[in-house]
Amino acid sequence: MEEILAYKSPSLLADIPSHYCPGCHHGTVHKLVAQCLEELDLSDDTICVGSIGCSVFIYNYLLLDAVEAPHGRAPAVATGVKRSRPDKFVFTYQGDGDLASIGLAEIMHAANRGEKISVVFVNNTVYGMTGGQMAPTTLIGQKTTTCPGGRCADREGLPMKMAEIIAGLGGVSYSARVAVNNMKNFKKAKKALKKAFEIQKSGRGFGFVEFLASCPTNWKMTSTAANERLENEMIPYFPLGVFKDVQGEL
Amino acid sequence: MARIFIKGNIAISRGALDAGCKCYFGYPITPQNDIPEFMSRAMPEAGGEFVQAESEVAAANMLLGAAACGIRAMTSSSSPGMSLKQEAISYMAGSELPGVLVNMNRGGPGLGDIGPSQGDYFQSVKGGGHGDYRTLVLAPGTVQEAYDLTFLAFELAFAYRNPVVILGDAIIGQMQEPITPRKPVVPDAFEGNSWRLEGARGREPRILKSLHLTDGALAGHNLKLQEKYKRAQKECRFEEFMTEDAELIIVAYGSIGRIVKSTIRKLRKAGFKAGLIRPITLYPFPSEILKSLAHKGKKFLTIEHNMGQMVEDVRLSICGLAGSGFYGQLPGNLPTPNDFEQPIIDALRS
Repeated sequence: MEEILAYKSPSLLADIPSHYCPGCHHGTVHKLVAQCLEELDLSDDTICVGSIGCSVFIYNYLLLDAVEAPHGRAPAVATGVKRSRPDKFVFTYQGDGDLASIGLAEIMHAANRGEKISVVFVNNTVYGMTGGQMAPTTLIGQKTTTCPGGRCADREGLPMKMAEIIAGLGGVSYSARVAVNNMKNFKKAKKALKKAFEIQKSGRGFGFVEFLASCPTNWKMTSTAANERLENEMIPYFPLGVFKDVQGEL
Repeated sequence: MARIFIKGNIAISRGALDAGCKCYFGYPITPQNDIPEFMSRAMPEAGGEFVQAESEVAAANMLLGAAACGIRAMTSSSSPGMSLKQEAISYMAGSELPGVLVNMNRGGPGLGDIGPSQGDYFQSVKGGGHGDYRTLVLAPGTVQEAYDLTFLAFELAFAYRNPVVILGDAIIGQMQEPITPRKPVVPDAFEGNSWRLEGARGREPRILKSLHLTDGALAGHNLKLQEKYKRAQKECRFEEFMTEDAELIIVAYGSIGRIVKSTIRKLRKAGFKAGLIRPITLYPFPSEILKSLAHKGKKFLTIEHNMGQMVEDVRLSICGLAGSGFYGQLPGNLPTPNDFEQPIIDALRS
């Protein structure tokens, strides 16, 4: 019987067991990053700036030169990297606690300066690694370990829409929000990420892609239910789409 | 080279430029503003990069990023700003990244004032951030030395893959003196090429990190750092002045060390036998010379522009072998040689 190779894992992805929980979308986003880097022939010239959170181990999965930034500081570290080596491709990979809370100043200013870097932002509405505490992106009514009664707008404010906020800054060339909860969204997500990477590759500036992601463990759901929640609760509040593209819409 | 008449802050900026610094990241704070202002012109002219960061936190993390690429880079600040940089310093120490950080020490705690102080001795030499680590600390006493030590700071940072702090104060930063510049250094293009990040073309990926979660890994990493700090002890530098026949050894660093030297000169004319050890490296600390002087039966007086910080290291060095007094100058004033006469005479007579 003839064997047909239907799928090949990107060679940038390490062939090791994953520490991510079942149903977590980090692995999928890692794979997309690897695919886009390979397809744009960037693998050999890429410097990855990791962050603090569940994805702190990104350097175990993506076979790239990498530096670990302190919590929230990845855009500042990436600024130092890119200014030192403008000939290299530089991206940060950050979660919502890291980017939208403790690292808000760093992301806003790197974006506003138009640093020629790409930012992969994974928004799963909780602090994953520390056990599911409230994040700036936690939805109203969502129960977490630090808002056990559900997030209340009066007390905690409204969830922050980072892709829209970033799009409003002058230095930004591209800002989009995508999801990987089904194949249709996955394909669009890949297109958006590739676009953001191409923008840096061609020296055009700052690209930002927010991935809506599920966290079944901290949402206390099955993977399937988490995907459904993402579709039914997250997307209505965090609409998918391109919020800024200086070269025209996708 | 022709002598030039410049401020300490500019001497450090020139020193960095001449030592091959290619990236500078700063944030405004008095009394070091001359450094970012100078660098904002000088860096682009030298083909380097200047970024006025959004915060001290960001500036130090930009330094971390540049360091990860093996680039000679620097940031500067003053006391309240240095507190904010400690996070990145700890990560740099943990990730073994070379970088130069200048602190023009001002009065504290909190916002304090903008005058000279040595209140950041502990923060500088005892780590400063979280974790069990050390920075190498250089303390210039003149504008010439501030210039020269900036070269040394870059050399040591790369030799030991460790952050190096240049600890001045408002006097060193704002004082203007003639200096003789050196021939500029062009850093070796291969500096750091065994560890720096540049894309994993044709080799295994490199990871610069401070997280060590597997069993025993962090212990091993800490041990490696401690061995490095032991190796760095040989970098110890100090100025020894009239100690041979001295009954009393004054220990003072930076601007205070220089002022005390004038006091000693004057007192010597009146027959008072005082000498000076001026630590130039605060870490590594010149313990051996102090110990050997204690063995010779000398007494000690530590003089600082704070209420007693380095004196603890002096006392640890001499291990109770000799009498060890302290005189502290409060922040908020500019000390003169006269201020230290009576304390030294009192210590000699005690």
